[in-house]
Amino acid sequence: MNPSQRMPPAVSPNAKLIACHDCDLLQREAPLPAAGAAICRRCGAVLYRSNPGSVERTLALTVAAAVLLAISNVSPIVAIESQGQRNASTLFGAVLSLWNDGLMPVAALVFMTTILIPAVELGTMIFLLASSRPPPRLLRLLLAIRPWAMVEIFMLGLLVSIQKLAHLATIIPGVALWSFGALMLVFAALTATFNVHELWRNMPRQSVVSDG
Amino acid sequence: MAEQSAAELGLYACRVCAMIARPTPAAADDSCPRCGAGLQRRAPHSVSRTWALLCAAAILYVPANLLPVMETASLFGKQQDTIMSGVIYLWASGSWPLAALVFFASIVVPAGKLILLGLLAASVQWRAQWLPYERTRLYRLVEFVGRWSMLDIYVVTLLAALVRLQSLATIKVGPGAVAFGAVVVMTMLASMAFDPRLIWDNLKDDRDPRPE
Repeated sequence: MNPSQRMPPAVSPNAKLIACHDCDLLQREAPLPAAGAAICRRCGAVLYRSNPGSVERTLALTVAAAVLLAISNVSPIVAIESQGQRNASTLFGAVLSLWNDGLMPVAALVFMTTILIPAVELGTMIFLLASSRPPPRLLRLLLAIRPWAMVEIFMLGLLVSIQKLAHLATIIPGVALWSFGALMLVFAALTATFNVHELWRNMPRQSVVSDG
Repeated sequence: MAEQSAAELGLYACRVCAMIARPTPAAADDSCPRCGAGLQRRAPHSVSRTWALLCAAAILYVPANLLPVMETASLFGKQQDTIMSGVIYLWASGSWPLAALVFFASIVVPAGKLILLGLLAASVQWRAQWLPYERTRLYRLVEFVGRWSMLDIYVVTLLAALVRLQSLATIKVGPGAVAFGAVVVMTMLASMAFDPRLIWDNLKDDRDPRPE
């Protein structure tokens, strides 16, 4: 069932105004049921969601993801074996071998999207959730880097590569294969529970703006 | 409430935190009172930035598809694979669901993004009034699926890291991967540069809430 709910036409005239980020239509914020979402009346964009989980639960997920990310980076993902020869690689090892082969832009892209940005994203989230007065700069940073963390796409790429290699050699799964799978799931849960709208709403204004 | 956008009422909606603010009369470089991000009525030079990034992506799309993304050296000689020949290899080896997946992520999505974003940018530039709802949904679709083109980059990275069995086979990433990675990044930046609120501004021609 779709948990989203259309904005009721009549809400309290004192409710806060919100402008749709996709079509700029001004609407009034309406209270939501649990696990609900407010949808723009004109273009159908999701305006905001109600918080499905507590801050503590989201924080626990974030810490779990950070541990999984660390494990995924230090242990080998898979090893292949063929006629007595064996070769394993970690994610960082794969980045390094790209770099050494002279493909610096690709190495940098893989490093950023699968190691650096997910790590910064998780660190930022932990800080935002744990701090009593989270700095707005940090939330801006989080929103800017978010589209560039691609753990779930990497996981799919990993499965495609294993399938491609399956005909040629024996595949020995490494620890990081499982931790990457778990990381992907935790990341998905995290994206669903981390409520950006809520964080902004609780943030105080910085500068004084004169309005009524 | 009549359908009015924030811009029509002289208000700015922050692109980052969605706060609605009244611009101060004097300052041209307002910043959001809550998150500190630059405050503009619409993303500055949205259409020209989108075009510039799309053109760069379209040019790079040619080498991305013609140059090899993967070079295999084995006992049976050397072989170079482009993105398309990789898909054909997967198809021929019987894993057609994976072939379809890679075909979709690496060929359909980048080409589709170039065409659809071009269409959206052109429609805004010519101040089209047709199907604003559908165009906004199209934009959200493009933004959502765009990242998945990174799939092939991860596949070649992992294959090159693993297949290093000296006497049997060695895989190296080819120059096509650099161009392909650049296409993915450029099209992602292009969809971020596009401001979908412009689609809706054009519906009320006489008011003319156009950017700068």
